[in-house]
Amino acid sequence: MNPILRNAFRTSAILFVFAIIGTAMMAYTFRQTRPVIEKSEQAEKLALINQVLPKSLYDNDLLAAHRELPADDLLGTRKPTSMWLATKSGQPAGIVLEAIAPEGYSGDIGLLVGISADGVITGVRVTRHKETPGLGDYIELAKSPWVLQFNGKRMEENDKPRWRVKKDGGEFDARAGATVTPRAIVKAVRQALEYFDKHRDELLRTTPVTPS
Amino acid sequence: MITKETFTQLAENGLWKQNPGVVQLLGLCPLLAISNNVVNALSLGLATIFVMAMSSLAVSSARNFVPHEIRIPVFILIIAALVTIIDLVFNAFAHPLYLVLGIFIPLITTNCIVLARADAYASKNHPLHSAIDGLLMGLGLTLVLVMLGAIREIAGQGTLLSGIDLALGPAAKSWIITVLPDYKGFLLAILPPGAFIGLGLLIAGRNWLDMRAKRRAHLQARQAAAQASTA
Repeated sequence: MNPILRNAFRTSAILFVFAIIGTAMMAYTFRQTRPVIEKSEQAEKLALINQVLPKSLYDNDLLAAHRELPADDLLGTRKPTSMWLATKSGQPAGIVLEAIAPEGYSGDIGLLVGISADGVITGVRVTRHKETPGLGDYIELAKSPWVLQFNGKRMEENDKPRWRVKKDGGEFDARAGATVTPRAIVKAVRQALEYFDKHRDELLRTTPVTPS
Repeated sequence: MITKETFTQLAENGLWKQNPGVVQLLGLCPLLAISNNVVNALSLGLATIFVMAMSSLAVSSARNFVPHEIRIPVFILIIAALVTIIDLVFNAFAHPLYLVLGIFIPLITTNCIVLARADAYASKNHPLHSAIDGLLMGLGLTLVLVMLGAIREIAGQGTLLSGIDLALGPAAKSWIITVLPDYKGFLLAILPPGAFIGLGLLIAGRNWLDMRAKRRAHLQARQAAAQASTA
């Protein structure tokens, strides 16, 4: 065989062997670590959900009561997202849903919103954001308690003006110099409540039906 | 085994002469992105040290089986596989640590200093030497990261070690040092331009120290020569 060709075959065989070994090692590690990682991921998710929906409100296996919600303008979502239905003694107690505030200062702000069956906010947490560090990031609970002011809030008839930041005549606090971020979140939470009102029956139905 | 001279040489290169952060200017992407406070900088630094030592060790161990023409794809393969495995193992068996360093580990794959050391040093040297080289290069990068993080944090927020409670639990909250009380903050230092300006200052500072040392050595040599001629 031509020596150049032989050399090419040899090097590609070596590269191939390295690729096989590398893949095998990764696959092995993946399989060995998967169950442990999955368990801690679930625990983390539940811990986050428990922050927006107090444990005392429900008694079902919340993570198992997971459903997909189709993308919706009120939720600010462009892809199907998750919701979890909480029940107590078989009766619907509330839901936790994912929403997006698309009007943040710097891209989407991911939210987790807990709403009790009677339409009261039980908690809101920011799950991801790219707001300016040191300025707009007070929406994280780790940085400031700002996000706690949603707790216990609800929507009444013609209630929209109340659901604004104080600067715009509403009742939600915002820090001077960084109002774009809270304005986006207040609007997103309000719209999540609107979504809840609109689809209430489907959302709270204990047999899974996705809202149309 | 490693001799004292080799170790000294490796340490000098990693920490000063060939410092990845301020001399080689490699691996700047994570360096500039994560250095907005000391805790982030130190976390990324520790993860980098670990990955660099391991990847240099792995590359050096495989070096005799790798033909010259395909060394770069093979090294990238080794480094990427290794980083993935480290990421998974940390996630599964050292979860508290993973929560702190986890987001930084995938970032390290994008750090070209890892590949640079694999090619420039580990592919030609003994595994033990290579691992120490990786460790010391990582340490050099970490020192720059922490200094940059400290500069940006003090200038930007007037504090040091903010966020340590997120890394080590609420008990560590009392470790946060307020350097400048009632400081209003200086946003530029925290935003990306602050990283470039801060790194520029560090490079200038290092060059200045280097030049001063050279000038002194030169002066001493001249004085010694003058004394020798008068005597």
